[in-house]
Amino acid sequence: MTAIRHHIPDDLLMGYAAGALPQAFDLVVATHVSLSDDARARLAGFEEVGGAVLSELEECDIGEDSLEQTLAKIAGMAPTPKIKPSNGVFPKPLREIVGGDEDAVKWKSLGMGAKQAVLCSEDGVTARLLYIPAGQAMPQHGHNGMEMTLVLKGAFRDEDGVYARGDIEVANQEVDHQPVAEPGEDCICLIATDAKLRFQGLLPRIAQPFIGI
Amino acid sequence: MLRRQERRAKTVTVMDKTEAHWVARIVSIAQHQDQKAFAEVFRHFAPRVKAFLIKSGADQGLAEECMQDVMATLWHKAHMYDPSRASVATWIFTIARNRKIDLLRRYARPEPEELPWGPEQEPDQADVIALHQESTKLADAIRKLPPKQRELIERAYFGDLTHSEIAAETGLPLGTIKSRIRLALERLRHAMS
Repeated sequence: MTAIRHHIPDDLLMGYAAGALPQAFDLVVATHVSLSDDARARLAGFEEVGGAVLSELEECDIGEDSLEQTLAKIAGMAPTPKIKPSNGVFPKPLREIVGGDEDAVKWKSLGMGAKQAVLCSEDGVTARLLYIPAGQAMPQHGHNGMEMTLVLKGAFRDEDGVYARGDIEVANQEVDHQPVAEPGEDCICLIATDAKLRFQGLLPRIAQPFIGI
Repeated sequence: MLRRQERRAKTVTVMDKTEAHWVARIVSIAQHQDQKAFAEVFRHFAPRVKAFLIKSGADQGLAEECMQDVMATLWHKAHMYDPSRASVATWIFTIARNRKIDLLRRYARPEPEELPWGPEQEPDQADVIALHQESTKLADAIRKLPPKQRELIERAYFGDLTHSEIAAETGLPLGTIKSRIRLALERLRHAMS
């Protein structure tokens, strides 16, 4: 586990916990949480809220033979395999959508050695991998909505500092920056962009102080 | 195996009886494929899971089908449940939420990599109790919220709010619960290395 310096904001963790994010953002959150115990603990906190909501719900009627049907389902299901810790560059949620680790990515050249691969795209919300050779600037990528960038390999630098593996940057349309890959190692990032929706007021709101118990 | 259960049994005095009870049922499902324990968990949680799915927009048929999937997944994933990182209700909530998204959106929801957890690495009982105390406090705090805000929180978890609406609701009292889970994770990492 690397030391993460740039953390994910709470609204995205709560959105993930509630199941309210589009697929591309879910992918970046799940991948980031796989790399950051801080994010994992904060997400677990928001999930406890879900558990409290579930506990308070009024029971509804279930089918008469629900339990028997469920037991039949259990008998027909393959057992969940033992978890093995992964050693690759990509955490499990990313490996699943790519179909393998770094070497399985179907890159498309963007010129100058830069490459990208779109992983999923729906309603203008897209997740893609970006490969930037060491020392090169990222291609200019305009975005109207929100953009999440998670570093998987190498590092990049912008006016906010250096982002290395596990670090996440969340930018809105007002942020105008051109990150540059650090020298030494090529940089691979997972990026989710939302071209259509605008999350107005996002940054001021997440800055609100938390109420302590 | 026995030792683990004995240690659990002792905690009843400190922990709320019902939560310790549900944790023990999940452990029994994981270790002994205990159908009686499963039936008990089913009777308590299945109607709530179904209610959650209906509130989330599923019709009766889909909610019943999805609820059965959730409970079947609970059986198969019981060995992965870690009571120092989530209450039983929360763990079931996450399974229900993921299954709901799989079905309603027709893709497999990206989930974080699981942390390996075996019988040789037991959760720390102090962590389990601490988490339970914190989640009880959290549930109380939510119950005491003004009705409007409480309703918003519920709607967020039924998938009824947009992301920007959720952003306004992140100010929940979660500070201590998160540091508790962080400690449990540190211990788990230590045990894994």
